[in-house]
Amino acid sequence: MKNHYDVIVVGAGPAGSMAARFAAEKGVSVLMLEKDRDVGYPVRCGEAVSKAGIEEFIPSDSKFIASVIDKFSMNAPDGTEVVLPLEEKGYILERRIFDYELAKSASAAGAEILTRAYVNGLLIEDDIVCGVKFEYRGEQHEIKSKVVIAADGVESRVGRWAGIKTYIDFRDMECCAQYTVSNIKIDPNSLYFYFGEEYAPEGYFWVFPKGDNSANIGLGVSGMTGRKRSAISFLNHFMEKNHPDASILTQIAGGVPCSPTLEKIAAQGIILVGDAARQVNPLSGGGIASGMIGGSIGGRIAGESVKMKKPDHLLSYQKAWNDRLGKRHIVFDKIKNGIYNFSDKKFNSIAHSFSKVPMEKRTLGNLFKTALINNPSLIIDVAKVFVVK
Amino acid sequence: MIEILPDKCDFCGCCVGICPEDAIELKEAEINIIEELCTNCSKCIWSCPIEVLKFNRNGVENSSE
Ligand SMILES: Cc1cc2nc3c(=O)[nH]c(=O)nc-3n(C[C@H](O)[C@H](O)[C@H](O)COP(=O)(O)OP(=O)(O)OC[C@H]3O[C@@H](n4cnc5c(N)ncnc54)[C@H](O)[C@@H]3O)c2cc1C
Ligand code: SF4
Ligand code: SF4
Repeated sequence: MKNHYDVIVVGAGPAGSMAARFAAEKGVSVLMLEKDRDVGYPVRCGEAVSKAGIEEFIPSDSKFIASVIDKFSMNAPDGTEVVLPLEEKGYILERRIFDYELAKSASAAGAEILTRAYVNGLLIEDDIVCGVKFEYRGEQHEIKSKVVIAADGVESRVGRWAGIKTYIDFRDMECCAQYTVSNIKIDPNSLYFYFGEEYAPEGYFWVFPKGDNSANIGLGVSGMTGRKRSAISFLNHFMEKNHPDASILTQIAGGVPCSPTLEKIAAQGIILVGDAARQVNPLSGGGIASGMIGGSIGGRIAGESVKMKKPDHLLSYQKAWNDRLGKRHIVFDKIKNGIYNFSDKKFNSIAHSFSKVPMEKRTLGNLFKTALINNPSLIIDVAKVFVVK
Repeated sequence: MIEILPDKCDFCGCCVGICPEDAIELKEAEINIIEELCTNCSKCIWSCPIEVLKFNRNGVENSSE
């Protein structure tokens, strides 16, 4: 460990590892600090991702793929099931291994990694971030850097210390509880989603297969719902009703920030990536692929700004992200708000209409169209978004 | 005042992300409320997926919620 690095990355999740790798690939010195003992563990994730989403960064490899997904099963509140074949394959990952492989790719590019290093403050001079303070094996340290990349996840505090408003409205937080279970009988190649008041109001319930009759079973509900009833109580209700014989292997809690990206994700000497920047797709709650995209853009620009000795270049990250995904997330967020207000009746009628669509015509696009036909006011929302854009 | 039942906490960070005052400190397996910063707004309680946070009696009496 040196006492100065060009780039310091806080957090070794998918966003942090990609930021570290893409910065290191520019030929600058990079240190990534992770508070936990192991990269990739504990896993707080349903682990679903599209094949294309990961292959932009790492070749598919059976060692981190628990199952291959080729269809969705959407379940309406009245029990109507609609099966939707997927044009493009997806995966359920073993994130414990996946995250570790991503970190290895960062280290192969030249980044140094330190675990059990808890970042607890920033070094700031003349309003410019110039390093971090951290606790490592019981001792307090300080290291200077030209750029700090905050990749510290949903619990991010690093951005706040730089004066950026990062806390998320409790209504936009999907508060999640998940069991990984064995001994359940489900299609090993299908994702199952459940909607409606009983299982997951203002959110959704998922069952994602992990092979060998095991699965990630969980849900997210908005903090608005959490105010009345916790995620874990919804989860236990679902299990008792649908899978009373399942054996629980692990239980986790977690939060998914389902909002558009923060207004400000870059300032002098610092950028935010991944969950820390609220780069999750607000409609699906997926943040693995979008976090890697955010991290890679941020890392590349941080590396370039150091190489070119142009600190202001860092600020171009904001636009680069918005052009790639940020603007699209604003649209997704509006759609999410429309869908979250659907009544059980509406979910049921969409499922009934879609059941009549022949299998070969069942695409996500057609499902969305059906949802729009059933809910004309959403059309106006969506149209507005596109017109304004 | 907000009370944490540390034995139940999963250290997931959901409450940290919504706290408007940056009043929650989370380490690998340790969580603390920084009392000087906490305004007892109770948003962390609403967001905890597994019911780890509570108002203690004192807080309920003082709270306007
Ligand atoms: C229950 C649940 C289910 C989900 N399901 C899916 C899914 O199926 N598909 C999908 O795409 N996404 C899913 N997500 C979202 C996805 O997990 C996240 O978006 C993704 O992990 C974000 O990556 P990240 O690198 O930004 O943050 P993280 O993966 O959270 O990594 C942040 C890292 O920073 C470290 N850290 C934090 N603070 C500090 C500090 N002060 N000092 C040092 N290190 C620090 C943390 O320990 C952590 O390792 C789910 C999330 C939850 C909670
Ligand atoms: S009560 Fe409000 S201010 Fe206090 S810790 Fe909880 S969220 Fe933060
Ligand atoms: S939200 Fe609940 S489980 Fe998660 S860190 Fe906060 S108190 Fe612990």
